[in-house]
Amino acid sequence: MATTIEEPVPLIVCRGLTKTFKTPDSELPVLDNIDLEVLDGEILALLGKSGSGKSTLLRCIAGLIAPSSGTVTFRGKPVTGPNPGTAMVFQSFALLPWLTVQANVEIGLEARGVPEAERATKARRAIDRIGLDGFESAFPKELSGGMRQRVGFARALVVEPDVLLMDEPFSALDVLTAENLRGELLELWQTHDFPIKSILIVTHNIEEAVLLADRVVILGSNPGRIRKTLGVGMPRPRDRRAPDFEALVDEIYGIMIGREEQHPGAAPVEEEQAIHARKLTPAQVPIPHASIDGLSGLVEILHQLGDELDLADLADELRLEVDDLLPLVDALVLLGFAEVEGPRVRLTVEGIGFGGADIQESKQIFARAAIDRVPLIRVIRAGLERAADGCLQAGFFRDIVRRSFGEEEATEQLEIAAQWGRYAELFEYDAIARQFCIAREAGEAEQGAA
Amino acid sequence: MAMPRTFPQRVTLGRPKQSALDVLIGAAVIVALYSLIRVGRGATLTIVPGSTQISTRAIDLPYYAARSLLRMFIALAASTAFSLGYGYAAARSRRLEKVLLPLLDILQSVPVLGFLVVIVSFFLSLFPNSYVGVELASIFAIFTAQAWNMTFSFYHSLITLPHEFDELSRSLRLTRWMRFWKIEVPAGAIGLVWNGMMSMAGAWFFLSASEAISSNGHSYPLPGVGSYAAAAIARGDLRGVGLAIATMGVLVVGVNFFFWRPLTAWAERFKMEQSESADRQRSVLLEMLQQSRWPQLAGRARRKVAGSLGRAMAVLGRDDEPLAAAAPGGRAADVAFVVLVGAVTAFGLWRLVSYTVSHSGLGVYATALGLGFLTFLRVAFLVAVSTLIWVPVGVRIGESPRLARTAQPVVQVLASFPANFLFPFATLLFIHTGISLNFGAVLLMALGSQWYILFNTIAGAMAIPTDLREAMDNLRVTGWQRWRRLIIPGIFPFYVTGAITASGGAWNASIVAEIVTFRDRTLTAKGLGAYIAQAFSATDPGHVARVLAGVAVMSLYVVGVNRLVWRPLYGLAERRYKLD
Repeated sequence: MATTIEEPVPLIVCRGLTKTFKTPDSELPVLDNIDLEVLDGEILALLGKSGSGKSTLLRCIAGLIAPSSGTVTFRGKPVTGPNPGTAMVFQSFALLPWLTVQANVEIGLEARGVPEAERATKARRAIDRIGLDGFESAFPKELSGGMRQRVGFARALVVEPDVLLMDEPFSALDVLTAENLRGELLELWQTHDFPIKSILIVTHNIEEAVLLADRVVILGSNPGRIRKTLGVGMPRPRDRRAPDFEALVDEIYGIMIGREEQHPGAAPVEEEQAIHARKLTPAQVPIPHASIDGLSGLVEILHQLGDELDLADLADELRLEVDDLLPLVDALVLLGFAEVEGPRVRLTVEGIGFGGADIQESKQIFARAAIDRVPLIRVIRAGLERAADGCLQAGFFRDIVRRSFGEEEATEQLEIAAQWGRYAELFEYDAIARQFCIAREAGEAEQGAA
Repeated sequence: MAMPRTFPQRVTLGRPKQSALDVLIGAAVIVALYSLIRVGRGATLTIVPGSTQISTRAIDLPYYAARSLLRMFIALAASTAFSLGYGYAAARSRRLEKVLLPLLDILQSVPVLGFLVVIVSFFLSLFPNSYVGVELASIFAIFTAQAWNMTFSFYHSLITLPHEFDELSRSLRLTRWMRFWKIEVPAGAIGLVWNGMMSMAGAWFFLSASEAISSNGHSYPLPGVGSYAAAAIARGDLRGVGLAIATMGVLVVGVNFFFWRPLTAWAERFKMEQSESADRQRSVLLEMLQQSRWPQLAGRARRKVAGSLGRAMAVLGRDDEPLAAAAPGGRAADVAFVVLVGAVTAFGLWRLVSYTVSHSGLGVYATALGLGFLTFLRVAFLVAVSTLIWVPVGVRIGESPRLARTAQPVVQVLASFPANFLFPFATLLFIHTGISLNFGAVLLMALGSQWYILFNTIAGAMAIPTDLREAMDNLRVTGWQRWRRLIIPGIFPFYVTGAITASGGAWNASIVAEIVTFRDRTLTAKGLGAYIAQAFSATDPGHVARVLAGVAVMSLYVVGVNRLVWRPLYGLAERRYKLD
């Protein structure tokens, strides 16, 4: 392997890095006490679900956001502003639509005061290397998604950073294009066309991480903490169907779903206790971002496939990303419809009942589970039962959750709660009046509408 | 490296350049420059007492038109520069934003005459005995009709700049200069162009007022189409009025063809879109220009200048402020800033009150408030009637793509035609039929402002997705049910925008519509507009105080109605009726 170096030197070091976003009335921890090193000569993948703060961590390293406490150093020097040793590749490409491919690639060189002729040559060479020869005078909107991200690569590589930072660079592309571009990234990396020393890539795609990285750092959610760092020893190019590869992917699934205690060899990081859900508050148990349709669909599929399945296989079969699948699994677990053991997920008796019942019945099963196990829904329902006219302003509940989740997530939590509550016919949400009301019986509702 | 799978849709190889076209365009530029110098010279003449006569000879019209046009474009350039500076300051400084934004809100609601009465003597004293001062005052008046919404638009584009562009700029450590010209200005360009176009339409409306500069009882009318029309009206010269209207028509259409069409077509490149849209602005002139060799030459020259300027401007610093500035400035500076702003505002208010008390008494505010209510009724009536007439028409046009394609540019031109040029004919009608201007004024105000409702309704109806319309057809939803369930919710956000503009325009128009003259007959309506206009042309010591009171009350009405009526409606439209 061309990238193995005798004594890896850390280029970037994070120590005790913590990031808390402050809102007027609350503090929202996003990253908690992160220790991380990016070594010379490695590709390091930061893997996590949404809400794990992985992009925030990347931006702290890029010097775009200040950590609340802790330090980031680059080659031993503390990072206090935009990190000059890095260049960033964006998920959304971030190409300036009014500049040609050539001008987009040149912009970083221009900022460094490189003379016009030299930067034109350099940019052309980078464009050529990245496979866009002949497209110098095209505008971004004339390019396909994959070609746009190539321009994004060229723009970052042409300034010859020590560390290339990539923020989910392939997640806005279709499956085939993404695969193609991953291959080309590895090719660039191995042929040393550009003098980059390391790559730090943020992703939520487990296979992508295992495919590309020398080390995979797995982040837990709310707040983001490092759960585990795994070395990937396999030589490149890696075969997705190799047993080693599949075993590692399974292991990572197991870690990300958060049941490490039962998984031999993995250190328990999060102290999750199975207390009676009734005692928990909405702040302690956020509702996973899962839609009712997604939940029912997953239960259905699990049921058809024999009530038990390997998560990695499921994701593969459905072509689902971790970000799409894990919230659904988390939601099933929260509702008591499924259990997770290592990388395997199994429907419980309630889950099988939910999947097999007719609409009215499954609604009732869902309503019971939601009241028993989802604190936010229980709190809303209880509040409405006590309210004189059976209605309460959404702002009242928002205040309860905002303190622990922050503005944006609070909105999200209430939206999901509204969706779940409506489905379970526990309460309704009036978007115009912005209030929750106790669900009326079918007959009553018709009267009201007439 | 793998071969890219698609080819560029644009032919990047240039087609053979046409040298005849090059010569033609070159010649056109030289002629334009020569005329510019000739026309511009007239603006620096020394004032000779008694020579301030505006002719109504047809032969003078082209020159007058050129003078008006020159003023218009200088004011537009000034507005653009102002927008960039003011918008940037408001978006970049947390403290300035708190002052600059509300101020802009107020400035926007102040009619042109309000600025004129305050500022004319200042410009005249800058250049005594020269037309430069008068000219500047006139340009300033036009500027005040253009600048504000351009500024709003640029400010808005700055604060809504896509997050990743900010990160891109910082991570590449662009110089501030580069960030401004490569990211921020292009991102706001489309808004600036379209608002500039609308602003110019608004400015034509006040052309006559802007060209009739007077101070301390002396009037210094400037040569221009506006003053030509005013002179023709004063003499009762219907042929002259007709000629002025024709000239104005040529100007509006010409500026549209030679300036705004090419500019809006060119600005398409600043759209933040992922793919080439089928429905884009086109301009024959721009396509001709792009086929000639001039853009290349100009581009090369521009790059040279921009390159060295860019290097020089690196002294303005880089976009890499240290991150530690978590507590910007500190509380003490905040307090000092608030105290300073408060003190300046209090001082200004105190001066205004004491000036008003000594010159006319505070009663003028009560009078203005009362008259303002009458004008308010007119505006409300106008918006209601325009809605009843133009919304159905607009929906009909918007539902047929063919009709919309032809009708929309026509409506655009109609909206930018200064309706007050048509007032003399309406005035004659009122005189002959004996209709009181108290009612007639509504019609005059509507002449200019109704188009905004029509224009936006068309746009709204065009934006209703075809599949929704087909679903309604399929379910046989017709008549009132269709209006209630599909059309009204669909056009609502667009309609609200149009109605805001129309009502703002109507308030402004009241100043020229509530008092009209033809030869020696003057018709006056009871209202705030007439009050301001009369105070403006009066010469007694209290007239400035009355203008200020009138203008302040008008601003109060406009801002108040915006806050209490339009903004909630706009919020409702955004929340509930946005189709996306």
